[in-house]
Amino acid sequence: MSTTASQPTSHAPAPRGPAPDADLATSAANRAVGVRTYRPAIGLGILALVSFLVFALHTSAREVQFRFSETGDAVRLPDMEVAAAPFGWVVTAVLAALAVAAGVRARALPRWAMVLAGLAFVAGFLVWIVGTAQTPSISLTALLAGSVALATPLVFGSLGGLLCERSGVVNIAIEAQLLFGAFSAAVAATVSGSPWVGLLAAVLGSVLVSVVLALFAIRYRVNQVIVGVVLNVLVSGLTGFLFATVLQPSAELFNSPPRLPHVRIPLLAEIPVVGPVLFDQSVIGYLMYATVAVVWFALYRTRWGLRTRAVGEHPKAADTLGVPVNALRVRNVLLGGAVAGLGGAFYTLVSVSAFTRDMTAGSGYIALAALIFGRWNPVGALLASLLFGFASNLESILSFLDTPVPSQFLAMLPYVVTILAVAGLVGRSRGPAASGEPYVKE
Amino acid sequence: MQLRLRDVTKKFGDFTANDRVDLTVEPHQIHCLLGENGAGKSTLMNVLYGLYEPTSGTVEIDGEPVAFSGPGDAMAAGIGMVHQHFMLIPVFTVAENVALGHESTRGASLDLATTRARIREISQRYGFAVDPDAVVEDLPVGVQQRVEIIKALVRDAEVLILDEPTAVLTPRETDELLAIMRQLRDGGTSIVFISHKLREVRAVSDVITVIRRGRVVGRVGPETSTDELAALMVGRDVSLTVDKTPALATGAALEVRDLTVVGDNGVVLLDGVDFDVAPGEILAVAGVQGNGQTELTRALVGLEERVTGSVRLDGHELTGLRTRDVLARGVGFVPEDRSTDGLVGSFSVAENLVLDRCHERSFAAGPSLRLGAIAQHAGSEVAEYDIRAGSVDSPVATLSGGNQQKVVIARELGRPLKLFVASQPTRGVDVGSIEFIHERIVAERDKGTAVLIVSTELDEVYALADRIAVFFHGRLMGIVGPDTPREALGRMMAGEPAESVLPAAPWDHAGDDDAAAPGTLSGGTDRGTTNPLPPTAAPPTPSEPTSPTGRTAPADRHEGNPTA
Amino acid sequence: MSATTAPAGADQVSAPPPTELAAGEHRRTLLGSTVQSVLAVVVALVLGGLLIAVTDEKVRDAAGYFFARPGDTLSAMWTAASSAYVAMFHGAVYNPSGATFADRIYPFTETLTVATPLILAGLGVALAFRAGLFNIGAQGQILVGATLAAWVGFSWHLPAGIHLIAVVAAGALGGAVWGGIVGLVKARTGAHEVILTIMLNYVALNLVAWLLTLPSFQREGSSNPISPAVDGTAMFPKLLGEHFRLHWGFALAVLATVAVAWLLHRSTVGFELRAVGANPRAARTAGISVTRGFVVVMLLAGLLAGLAGTAQVSGTEHSLTAGVAASFGFDAITVALLGRSTPWGTFFAGILYGAFRAGGVTMQSMTGTNIDIVLVVQSLIVLFVALPPLFTFAVRRSRASTHSQEAA
Repeated sequence: MSTTASQPTSHAPAPRGPAPDADLATSAANRAVGVRTYRPAIGLGILALVSFLVFALHTSAREVQFRFSETGDAVRLPDMEVAAAPFGWVVTAVLAALAVAAGVRARALPRWAMVLAGLAFVAGFLVWIVGTAQTPSISLTALLAGSVALATPLVFGSLGGLLCERSGVVNIAIEAQLLFGAFSAAVAATVSGSPWVGLLAAVLGSVLVSVVLALFAIRYRVNQVIVGVVLNVLVSGLTGFLFATVLQPSAELFNSPPRLPHVRIPLLAEIPVVGPVLFDQSVIGYLMYATVAVVWFALYRTRWGLRTRAVGEHPKAADTLGVPVNALRVRNVLLGGAVAGLGGAFYTLVSVSAFTRDMTAGSGYIALAALIFGRWNPVGALLASLLFGFASNLESILSFLDTPVPSQFLAMLPYVVTILAVAGLVGRSRGPAASGEPYVKE
Repeated sequence: MQLRLRDVTKKFGDFTANDRVDLTVEPHQIHCLLGENGAGKSTLMNVLYGLYEPTSGTVEIDGEPVAFSGPGDAMAAGIGMVHQHFMLIPVFTVAENVALGHESTRGASLDLATTRARIREISQRYGFAVDPDAVVEDLPVGVQQRVEIIKALVRDAEVLILDEPTAVLTPRETDELLAIMRQLRDGGTSIVFISHKLREVRAVSDVITVIRRGRVVGRVGPETSTDELAALMVGRDVSLTVDKTPALATGAALEVRDLTVVGDNGVVLLDGVDFDVAPGEILAVAGVQGNGQTELTRALVGLEERVTGSVRLDGHELTGLRTRDVLARGVGFVPEDRSTDGLVGSFSVAENLVLDRCHERSFAAGPSLRLGAIAQHAGSEVAEYDIRAGSVDSPVATLSGGNQQKVVIARELGRPLKLFVASQPTRGVDVGSIEFIHERIVAERDKGTAVLIVSTELDEVYALADRIAVFFHGRLMGIVGPDTPREALGRMMAGEPAESVLPAAPWDHAGDDDAAAPGTLSGGTDRGTTNPLPPTAAPPTPSEPTSPTGRTAPADRHEGNPTA
Repeated sequence: MSATTAPAGADQVSAPPPTELAAGEHRRTLLGSTVQSVLAVVVALVLGGLLIAVTDEKVRDAAGYFFARPGDTLSAMWTAASSAYVAMFHGAVYNPSGATFADRIYPFTETLTVATPLILAGLGVALAFRAGLFNIGAQGQILVGATLAAWVGFSWHLPAGIHLIAVVAAGALGGAVWGGIVGLVKARTGAHEVILTIMLNYVALNLVAWLLTLPSFQREGSSNPISPAVDGTAMFPKLLGEHFRLHWGFALAVLATVAVAWLLHRSTVGFELRAVGANPRAARTAGISVTRGFVVVMLLAGLLAGLAGTAQVSGTEHSLTAGVAASFGFDAITVALLGRSTPWGTFFAGILYGAFRAGGVTMQSMTGTNIDIVLVVQSLIVLFVALPPLFTFAVRRSRASTHSQEAA
């Protein structure tokens, strides 16, 4: 057999098909028909039904008062009165219309319609529940400002989780990161006497949790869910042990952190409703908005973001293009830890003045829920966190208003809506394709 | 730029994938790497592309040895690769996919405008018609491949590696790709073209390097005859013969009417298909991968979700039944991919042999498994099918590909069947096992079982078929006789219906009829039982000059003379 | 052309090594896994001991003059850690200072008592693991099971024997429903079970908290969130007499272990569940309904966790509180992991963790060492068990460095 390298010879003309046409590949595709799904219609239908039975029928036909400003505010706005029952009917009508639209189309509605449905339902719920109170009057400002405060650690937690998950690492350990951040902040701020050192320590503490997560999940490819669950137990035990052994006996030495300053922006803070909600906050509160913006921009508008998303969707493809998959994942997990740590600091440097055992009380799991409900998008995570913060704030406000609605149902809300979200009843929630799968180079 | 692999050896454990391979790719050259599946071509290219590190030997560019620690280095050195399985991120746009890893930035932010402009420019130069803002998952396969090529070109690749680029293309798309390759070469890009398809290789290559079992066994020019190339590639004269008498088929065991399968995204994957298979007959389905054959087999056994139409086996409707019930009606099913669909890798050989039968009386007493009976069954099947396994308790994943496939075949043929459906029954299986499996399939046919085989390998189709069906974009292009020339099958695979390719297609009654008169669908179903079926009753033999038995896998020998 | 004429050796690049070698490998990993489990426990205990030592007050005092007399620090450390562990041993296995034999073995029966819910819930988690599902929801399943069991226990007044059966059935049902929801939603919508189970844990917690605000769930004349005590007929009889807390719930746990072992390895249902877990696509192709498998396994997993809840209510607590599940649901995950998802592995892991808990209580009262150290040790064990390199690393290294390089 001949093994000599032959010179390039002119080849025979290629046999061509009957009608060469450049666009063949696109033109001769398979026929397509629409795939019908009634899930959104069912979800909306359930909301409409609840709205009908509860908000419209089961209401106490009263005027509900929303206060925009309190006595003593520089600018006063008149209060808003809403008739509960008619409002319930309006909400029901809106939801029913959307449900019918979804049913007729037999597919998902555009995003604005789902947002509208969500807002309508929340508003209907708010009017109804305040209507059940002894004194149906509520300060909208206090409600919203409190919601933002309660949402703050959730936002940081879910953004931290988002940075991990968008690059393909499931982070169940948000709870551990928040808790360890809170712990580190308390100790470091007390010892150093500076809340800023505490803030830095929170970041470092939380990053430490990330280091373990990255080591096990990425380096040793241990199942990411397992590592997350175990880290939560580990950190809970470790901080609990140290709290009981070291922090509690000598609280003045280790557990009386100075607080981060509260910044009230002159003039802007005087704007009714908006002012107290947005411009009268702790440093961490302002940091929260900045972080959401930065993460959003970085994720969708920078090279890092493109690569991060690629690694979370199809790591092998990214690898063949020279993107160092595991190095990027490690970096993002650490970064996610840093962000979650800021949320941890909120507990001991802003909201409570000392660390206590398991003080995050499952917020990490709510942050995870917010991440999923927000569809792995920074703005979505912010909105979902605010919704969940709103729910828990409403829960505490209602206990003063004396309503017959059990507070436990409000506390359940984040979890129930997340279940509905992952079940596809309130819009599709699809995570990064490669999330949870370790990347193994061949 | 001249690219050279010098004495490259790549070992995986004890297995040597590449053995002292020496290869030079000159500038302005289409250099073909020809070899069988598993001959070591892809491994070699992964070494070249920096995905694998060679065990020994070097990669040299213009005489200078280079060390790639990853694909990034290879790309920086001007090497681009289009992988057999596209490396595209489905939810990204074309521009994002092209930019990835090679992003231009403006300050901190990503500058996709530059990438879009580059894509348009390249599209224009080569006539690609690719929209930079289209989302990749919405694009047809052929266009996705062009995106892959654009990815390499944007990075100024001087050497472009195409790994089995035609596997997913129709003959016509393939011709277009070959034209693009020539255009690229003339524009100065060298191309490494990896393929095992002789016709394409001869049509486009300047130099052909033949690899067998990890070694270079020949370096020839494109004028080399297909016979010679095939002999080099396989190492011995290939003869794929199955002793098989003409089918004695009458009636219709399987009647498929207007079968339609819709995918998740609303694409119609199988589009109103009608055909019959007689008892004791093998209907082989040929066609390029991804034209609905897989969905056909899966729909028959109840594995597809959105199915309409009718499938009747001996007059009993199968659609709507659960897979378990379909199998219980005497349907044997060999799925396309044994490792993902056919076997549970961590289960033992014995367990896999009863995977779909663990409820049968002989293997279960009520809710309890009869472990003794299962072990005994395994022992006899292992002996009968010559399955080489350490023991019947070894995990099946530890067996070689051929033996794994024999486990699947043994399981499916090991019970009384009325219909046997096999998809790619011999993919990745060694020659000895192929012959064995083919013999078993023919034996099953001779027992009077209706057999449906899907294969992308024309040789296999010719070796087994009593009739041949061809699919294109989910539609049945027609059913033709077993001696239909390759060229005609090729045209059908590219979307021409049988009647326009052949003067008359007497082999398909059901499909033909319904195609001609779609309104007579119910009539067609009736006729399946009432009509004694004259055309299939007398299959190919009379009109055919050579009997199927005498044929010797003339795959590319037919292709030796280019088509009209 | 190709595949039909492919030479032998095709595609073998990715094929695993020949059978004999693999069988040996299998044996080695089995041995390795046992060794690694033991090693993990030892390493975790050492680290826990270090933590106890460095936070001990006497050690800190001694560390003040470390450079003058380093021996003092070290001996203080040793004393701190060893006395804590000795106390733990005395609380978990054998108390040498007990007056009677019964007193001396009392700790071990206490360990078995604590281990009972751990084993039952751990089996639930392990079973789900085998079918490829992450059941993080044992906590919620225990709670719902306990709630239903308690309700039947204190509000139905049935004859002895029948009452206990009804309570056990109610607990099993409660857990099965709570687990079954997960299976059903996953089967229907494809939602990920990790998210579902985590969320349902909190839903269950709030549900129980709410129920305990209702008069029908509260003790007469009290508004505390604690239910009336269950009837005597609804309680598990003591297994070893009144001196010990150990009750027949432990026998139930043994029985459940046997049942799960049978189910997994000798039944058609278990065969199918394992197939679903190991390769759902192949299972589906073989006519096994994967979605049905999800529902079945989550029903069973919930049922087992519900039994754990019953053991709490009828065995030790005798009434319902929001804290009735303690952290057994989460501990069950670590138990199943340490037991490598095998029935008997889970059983013994449950006893080990039961010993930690029972001993931890004694330790806290004897040496003042906070019981949370148990959580630290427990989670470290699981981390080390899951860490592949801990044991195999050294072996692999010496055997074939090329292999491990490729794997990395």
